[in-house]
Amino acid sequence: MYAVNYHRAKSVSEAAKLGKGDAKFLSGGMTLIPAMKTRLAAPSDLVDLTHIQELKGITVTGKNVTIGAGTTHYEVATDQRLAKVCPAITYLAGLIGDPAVRHRGTIGGSIANNDPAADYPAAMLALGATITTNKRSIPAEKFFKGLFETALKEGEIVTSVSFTAPAKCGYAKFPNPASRYAMTGVFVAKGKEGVRVAVTGAGDDGVFRSRELEAALSRSFAVDTLEGVRVPSDSLMDDMHASSDYRAALIIAMAKRAVAQASA
Amino acid sequence: MSEVSMTVNGRKVQALVEDRTLLVNFLRDNAELTGTHVGCDTSQCGACVVHVDGKAVKSCTMLAVQASGSTITTIEGVSGGADLHPVQAAFREHHGLQCGFCTPGMIMTAVDMIRRHPEGLDEATVRAELEGNICRCTGYHNIVKAILAASSEMAKGAKGKGRAKAA
Repeated sequence: MYAVNYHRAKSVSEAAKLGKGDAKFLSGGMTLIPAMKTRLAAPSDLVDLTHIQELKGITVTGKNVTIGAGTTHYEVATDQRLAKVCPAITYLAGLIGDPAVRHRGTIGGSIANNDPAADYPAAMLALGATITTNKRSIPAEKFFKGLFETALKEGEIVTSVSFTAPAKCGYAKFPNPASRYAMTGVFVAKGKEGVRVAVTGAGDDGVFRSRELEAALSRSFAVDTLEGVRVPSDSLMDDMHASSDYRAALIIAMAKRAVAQASA
Repeated sequence: MSEVSMTVNGRKVQALVEDRTLLVNFLRDNAELTGTHVGCDTSQCGACVVHVDGKAVKSCTMLAVQASGSTITTIEGVSGGADLHPVQAAFREHHGLQCGFCTPGMIMTAVDMIRRHPEGLDEATVRAELEGNICRCTGYHNIVKAILAASSEMAKGAKGKGRAKAA
């Protein structure tokens, strides 16, 4: 790791002031610290966000959910009120990394990094979440821009995510046998605004909504509906772990599991 | 450079270190506690697991300066005396180690796991919870046995204490 200057911010506004130039915001550090160790990332400064109280905590009011950006995967996975209104997101959080990683990693860090194989982006997109930053509110649809790219600008910090819990939701992930990142993960949500299906780990440009699956499940939200449905493989990742055709098959398989979970 | 200060196993440890110093190196070099191991150095293997403010974390994936002001427990601090911690005793009893390199991390993960599952553990849960700890000797079988045994042993102990208090 190259030398770096560490700053511990006490508030979002202080963090924003410190986060200029080649500085990077540090949350749980479960991706950033390993990236710095391999010198894939070499920020001049780190602005630690984990001591900012206003970024922490989960509020559930009726069906309306707000999760502070600094909330850890462990906290999301074990929140009982959240599990009642949106069990798929607590289940998803419990699948990220391992217990020690979940104690540190945060939802804000995960979505700001937008790893194409991360779990949370699929949930945000399928739930139609709003990403709130220190400057504005961004719909998930406009937030995720591609591989490791988001709508965030310099000095902009994700402060929370919010969504209305759908009537039904489910998540299924086929983890890479080594890394445990999603080789394909599918989040399904059936709410007032219809059915939304988001796929992570498979698209060659990151998380995306599957119109084919949405169309099929809008006709009938059942596992059987997906029998014989095909998704195109031409814009799916193709690598040593899985071919794009295999990923296309995994999308259907994971969608079936997610729908079964949502209907249970 | 930053002045880093933390409480490690009840002892205050303070040092001026580079901001890029990893917590595991601070513990080994500055606190001179070499029970915490560096295995893979890529947050996969879990040989470096310690408790930071009561939660298991991988000390190779956290900067010492991030942990400044925190309370740390390492493998040297779990027993709190001459007697082994129930998890350590169970690892010995059930032969939960061979070369021993992963053992400090396994035990710190197990102690955390048992704390988070007061309702008790089953084999499938233990195996899933060991996702972030790699052992290249045992095939995990005896590690799982040891953790299950320690979990029931500690539940008995907790119940005993509860009764004593009630009385």
